[in-house]
Amino acid sequence: MSEQAYNPTELMICIAARLMEDGMTAFVGTGIPMLASSLAQKMHAPNLVPIFEFGGTGALMDHLPLAVGGRRTFHRAVAATGICDIMETAARGFVEYGFLGGAQIDPYGNLNSTVIGDYWSPQARLPGSGGANDVGSLCWRTIAIMRHEKRRFVEKVDFVTTPGYLTGPGAREEAGLPPSTGPYRVVTNLALLGFDDETKRMVLLATNPGVEVEQVVENTGFDLIVPDDMGQNVPPSAKELRILREEVDRERLYI
Amino acid sequence: MKVIESGIDELFQSPDMNAFREWNRKHKSKALLDKLMTEHEAISRFVCNGAYIGMELYGTVRAPMSLLRELIRQGHTDLGVVGPGVLNWDFLLTAGQVRTMDITYNGLEVYGTSQVLRREIEAGRVKTMEWSNGAFSWRLKATAMGVPFIPVRAMLGTDTFKHSTAKVVKCPFTEQKIALLPALILDIGLIHVHRADRYGNAQVDGISGFAAELARASKRLIISAEEIVPSEEIRRHPDRTIIPYYLVDAVVHAPFGSHPGEMVYYYERDEGRIKEWVEASKTEVGAQAYLDKYVYSIKNHEEYLALHDKARLDALVAQAKVFR
Repeated sequence: MSEQAYNPTELMICIAARLMEDGMTAFVGTGIPMLASSLAQKMHAPNLVPIFEFGGTGALMDHLPLAVGGRRTFHRAVAATGICDIMETAARGFVEYGFLGGAQIDPYGNLNSTVIGDYWSPQARLPGSGGANDVGSLCWRTIAIMRHEKRRFVEKVDFVTTPGYLTGPGAREEAGLPPSTGPYRVVTNLALLGFDDETKRMVLLATNPGVEVEQVVENTGFDLIVPDDMGQNVPPSAKELRILREEVDRERLYI
Repeated sequence: MKVIESGIDELFQSPDMNAFREWNRKHKSKALLDKLMTEHEAISRFVCNGAYIGMELYGTVRAPMSLLRELIRQGHTDLGVVGPGVLNWDFLLTAGQVRTMDITYNGLEVYGTSQVLRREIEAGRVKTMEWSNGAFSWRLKATAMGVPFIPVRAMLGTDTFKHSTAKVVKCPFTEQKIALLPALILDIGLIHVHRADRYGNAQVDGISGFAAELARASKRLIISAEEIVPSEEIRRHPDRTIIPYYLVDAVVHAPFGSHPGEMVYYYERDEGRIKEWVEASKTEVGAQAYLDKYVYSIKNHEEYLALHDKARLDALVAQAKVFR
């Protein structure tokens, strides 16, 4: 298989898709998670069950949704219900993965999608939680997809929209959130990151092709745990790229 | 139950269920009344300045956009709004009619953040409170249940909680912390459905979003429908009725009522028109010009539809049919 050119978005979609196991449920939001779940269904996880907040359950992701309530979120789905049912399904422990994004993330995986600066006199008002707080509270394992920049990877987010590990070990349980839930992976244009079992702080798991560890550290605004044995993410395969470009995002809305 | 923590905000509306029961008994007729009326009549009869409004689903998906445009033409002020906004609250904010927002999400989905929201909030013109989409829907559900609050396991530990009116208590059964959300009673609910009869029995195809909950949490409920059907049609498939007539105060016939948003199985969203707002809303002048063209300069929904080529609307219908 020859080396193929790809862009950072395509790489992030592939890495996110590979994280999803067949026969699992995944809470999907607008953007890259939609492409990743579609790619996963067409590659290794035909029985992946995408869950959309306004009721779409188990859609076949043949057509890329443009809205989390749009018809494509329940295209040939197993059920079309409503938001209470979906969030309650997550609350009962039926949703394994939850995809999230945000403008800022901190070492504990707390996410901000509400406001940059002070809440009352903000530098920038962002859209708000949407379903993110519910996803981050109730899914077993959450995966954040972020652009890796120092101003986004910060020691303290301006506003905790969505809970990660909050202030550290035990903090989620102390707050009343379900035990054994929380941030699992962070997929960026530079690396794949996880969370240290002891401290619950972010740890570098693997760098993306052509990216040096120093580059990741430099673009992170907090002390990142860098283990000695570092992985390397595999570039998108020819098959992944073909499916992504010819089937998942034919209209090139995202890639 | 001892309150351990409280959000710092104050409620926009009291969750007084005794008052809500009295309201429903007094104002919600159980008689089969013909409630079919024009959008102008529906909005002018039931909306007043300062009203607290929710709509369903949201601007690009099965949304009562024709009712929203009429609300903007009538120009009621100091409104409170709640729930997800994609285009819908942008329009109302641009019109300067909003005073308070229970925000869950207000943005443009694939097209990014809302510049209108940024302008209004960064200028301090609107008071806001934060909720998740789940929390907001559960607040409606509490009202639907006729109870003043509902315990949930979201919002906990976050600033979203802090900037809400939720509370944390210790569960009297399990001793674990749990969030209590106040029931949300709306003055006005606006819902767009696939079909309804003249009395207000309403059916939705596809996902139901939060229609069932919002319908039951609204003191006044205005339904717009793609099709007005004979009651016989409703009675043939009563299992599809998620909103029975006695919840409804007005029924408005609105074909393409969700335009530029989609109506599953009926028509696809109008991407060109949605992008037109994305571009226009980047500046205050552009946003106003859009409202002038598509809202203020027309009298009603028929005139709105007349602004669009028949071929354009036919194409949206044809695209949707592929998925029937």
